[in-house]
Amino acid sequence: MSFRPEHELHRRRWSRNLGLGALLAAFVALVFVLTLVKVSRQDQFGNPPGAAQASAPAAANGVQP
Amino acid sequence: MSDYTAIEQPQDAGFGDFVQLLKPRVMSLVVFTAMVGLLVAPAHVHPFVAFVSILFIALGGGASGALNMWYDADIDAVMRRTRARPIPAGRIAPGEALGLGLALSGVSCLMLGLAANWFAAAFLAFTIFFYVGVYTMWLKRLTPQNIVIGGAAGAFPPMIGWAVATGGVSVESILMFMLIFMWTPPHFWALALFMKDDYSKAGVPMLTVTHGRAATRSHIFVYTLLLAPFALALAASPVGGPVTLSAALVLNVWFIRGALRLWRRPEQQAEADGYRAEKAFFKFSLAYLFLHFSALLADAALRGYGLATWWQGL
Repeated sequence: MSFRPEHELHRRRWSRNLGLGALLAAFVALVFVLTLVKVSRQDQFGNPPGAAQASAPAAANGVQP
Repeated sequence: MSDYTAIEQPQDAGFGDFVQLLKPRVMSLVVFTAMVGLLVAPAHVHPFVAFVSILFIALGGGASGALNMWYDADIDAVMRRTRARPIPAGRIAPGEALGLGLALSGVSCLMLGLAANWFAAAFLAFTIFFYVGVYTMWLKRLTPQNIVIGGAAGAFPPMIGWAVATGGVSVESILMFMLIFMWTPPHFWALALFMKDDYSKAGVPMLTVTHGRAATRSHIFVYTLLLAPFALALAASPVGGPVTLSAALVLNVWFIRGALRLWRRPEQQAEADGYRAEKAFFKFSLAYLFLHFSALLADAALRGYGLATWWQGL
């Protein structure tokens, strides 16, 4: 029996593989950009945004943050 | 037998079948309400973090859809509305749907936790559990109140969106939850009225099957009455405003009027005109929710541009 790559079965599998490949690529890009966003918003001590303000009153009162 | 004949199955799934498994139409409602919950919250979220959060809330919703289709494949095969779904149609094996649902549940909760906060992630995990465990596996086949309690699962997304921004729960997010929670029963019971034999054939104890169609009509009317105070309370809350109040007044009067019409309608008349009023009520219920949440967004925009200061002074 000859192998026929144009079979409808292959078209469906191709669409599935292409879709999955595109999704994985998009996921990698998404995690990369998310990391950039998260890291670039940290202060010099690596705290997330808002953490510095939250600890500021405690520091002003002489309490070690 | 060659390898070729071994792999030749007429029902091999395409990419679209897996997308269908995630119930994209339900996902669109989840995306919209979660986005509104996030945007009206009194906290700034980085646009990309907001985008990623909404994306994974939607994926969590899709995962619960896949798990629902896995568990309900026997019911779906009987009902006209659902028999073309990928599992009953034989394009996707039940085990594949289960695997996809579980994997996406894990990925969506984990990514939401990493992108936003772990409270929102735990909330999403609870929502998936509620929809699959409490509604699909437990209540759906047990009680005619299935829609009422199961509706909570669909009502959680704006609360998750709010939790992404604020890291917690508040009166405003509970009111957004209540709006969807009280809206769900009339919405689905209207559908059950014109999807006549589907639920009875499948053995699902919908109110139309257990208590009759007249009782369902009166239930729809009572729920629209109970819904209105929550809509008005939301308009009066800090996330509300003049647009939400106007929308709440107009939409609820319209919704109650429609429900009153259904309540007074004899079954013979409905059957004679092909359930026209029931179908119109169902369509309007979709617009009701969309417009209500759009009004919240409009008020948030007014606040953002400093155009509703007179309202905040009231």
